[in-house]
Amino acid sequence: MAAITFLEAIRQAMQEEMRRDERVLLMGEDVAKYGGAFKVTQGMFEEFGPERVVNMPIAESAIVGAAIGMSMNGMLPIVEMQFIDFITCAFDQITSYAAKSRYRWGVGVPIVIRGPSSGNVHGGPFHSANPEMYFVHTPGLKVVEPATVYDAKGLLKAAIRDPDPVLYLEPKYLYRRIKDEIPADDYVVPIGKGVVRKQGKDVTVATYGNMLYVALESAQQLERDGISLEVIDLRSLLPFDEDMVMTSVKKTGRLILLHEDTLTGGLGGEIAARVADQAFLYLEAPIKRVTAPDTPVPFAPPLEEFFLPKSSDVNRVARELMAF
Amino acid sequence: MPSRKSDDGGKAKAAAQARPKLWLDAPAGEVPAAMRQRILYNMKLTREVDDRIERKLYRQGKILGGVYTGRGQEAISVAFTCALGERDFIIPSHRDMGVYVARGMSLYRIFAQYLGRRDGPARGKDGNMHMGDLRLGLVSFVSMLADSVPLVAGAAMAFKFRKEPRVAITFGGEGATSRGDWHEGINLASVQQAPAIFVINNNQYAYSTPAREQFNCEALAARGVAYGIPGYRVDGNDPDAVFRTAREVVERARSGGGPSLVECVTARMTGHSAHDDPSHYVPKEFFEEWEKRDPIEHYTQRLLDEKVITPAWLEEQELEIKKAVDLAVTQAEACPYPEPEECLTDVYYDPTRPVVNQ
Repeated sequence: MAAITFLEAIRQAMQEEMRRDERVLLMGEDVAKYGGAFKVTQGMFEEFGPERVVNMPIAESAIVGAAIGMSMNGMLPIVEMQFIDFITCAFDQITSYAAKSRYRWGVGVPIVIRGPSSGNVHGGPFHSANPEMYFVHTPGLKVVEPATVYDAKGLLKAAIRDPDPVLYLEPKYLYRRIKDEIPADDYVVPIGKGVVRKQGKDVTVATYGNMLYVALESAQQLERDGISLEVIDLRSLLPFDEDMVMTSVKKTGRLILLHEDTLTGGLGGEIAARVADQAFLYLEAPIKRVTAPDTPVPFAPPLEEFFLPKSSDVNRVARELMAF
Repeated sequence: MPSRKSDDGGKAKAAAQARPKLWLDAPAGEVPAAMRQRILYNMKLTREVDDRIERKLYRQGKILGGVYTGRGQEAISVAFTCALGERDFIIPSHRDMGVYVARGMSLYRIFAQYLGRRDGPARGKDGNMHMGDLRLGLVSFVSMLADSVPLVAGAAMAFKFRKEPRVAITFGGEGATSRGDWHEGINLASVQQAPAIFVINNNQYAYSTPAREQFNCEALAARGVAYGIPGYRVDGNDPDAVFRTAREVVERARSGGGPSLVECVTARMTGHSAHDDPSHYVPKEFFEEWEKRDPIEHYTQRLLDEKVITPAWLEEQELEIKKAVDLAVTQAEACPYPEPEECLTDVYYDPTRPVVNQ
């Protein structure tokens, strides 16, 4: 079987789910004939027609609101945000209507909101966002972010089949940069389960999205110095795989939380608090975070390069932890 | 300050008269006698339920939190609901008790909701008018006004795509028309020519803010032109006019004619909520004028005059309404609160939990 890109895996997941279940439909800006700003939906309009691949006005709140109204009438809508940054326009619909509906009156909102996230493509402050924590802080939502071709497909299928609203973040840097062969058979990657991408014994690095590759690069570099990193790809941010993190920390005694999102209020802080609470006596050194600084995502290449966490940052912190 | 009075020999007035009217009036037609009886009965029942909540249970301290009633606006929610079909999809707003009552939600569940008891549609997890039950086509709305407008557009799109003869309708105050979601949702419904209906209860006050500080157009109904859909402006205190309009726009939507906008002009005969004293910001004369136009008193008299009802019918209905409300309140007060641990349930799907409201 031929290797496919991260982007093609996303498209395949949608196509297969739409063939499998006629309740699934896709809506968003420029998603129909044009195929979407990144061409994620290319060819889907031709296959499924205008009532299942629906071009919408540039009005994110209405797009999400309409998806919620459809979901209450037996449909399973997928909403594409042209850039995930624009999700802020739909914040109220997501946090007030979608997230609280099941709790308030028992009726779930099975929608998926997906879109290109994160930076490293010189998108600047409005086309590089990592909005996950606005939503991780909202009970009733689920938030996932795949980093491999296999997960891109399996997690999206899981999200589409999930009875609750799921936010599916796509590190757009990976769209055409990674390729892999994946099984032809139907499979899902369960929401809430992380995966150990590299076994190690000295320091655990828990990460997700683009930063998985920074962590793996770091692991390779540190191997030469005899420092062994264990790399966890969280994949799901809400809920995140607490057991996997605890098990790993109990083995290594050291933890680095690595994310492209900014420091304050980032997922790393929440995981650190839980590890301090549940695995304190296993720790050999303080819990460390390697993240972007607390700024908007800047545009000019030297600024963005400064902003993004790098393997050299992880290497430095890992060495500090080993020397502690 | 310069006078804004026109001194152009009446030219401005003439120009205004020459301008095409930007909205439609309520259509003419008959309302069947049985329907008029049904509307009156449901308006009276709605008022009794609202009164019991605001003037009794709230004042007795049995209802915590906000209480918002639709006193004076009952014709709108009731007459519209009576024009809908069983499978239609409705998202009411916070002064629309008439929707729940006319839709047949049990009074017991309504009072249990207001008292925070476990048999209310929200099972204690949400309060007051936030009641939903999809079996009745009713969605539990959120407090962010106008959020429901895109939902109704989406529901209507689903009906259109699946070729189901159903319509989706939402109610909101004139206050909600300033929100972006209101515009986004109506625009979307129009682009899609979806079977959606948007009703404005223009009661002239958004909390304490009068309409003239909220928008600067002649009539909200005129906005229909801007979205490419028909906009109606009707007397919201005239149940027959509201019903005739509702019947027309429902029929249009159901037969593939697309969405409509209906502005019902009415008055909020209370404060914003039970704790709010409107005498600080609503002129006395406003209440005096609109009190004379009370929709229930007027309609009762009209139906008596036209012999659609008899005094005996009226007496019988009033007795029945009081009895039904008394019984529902007694039962609701006996209904237990939810168990405290229920706080933790239903955030996400759990196959072991009972299915409710659908």
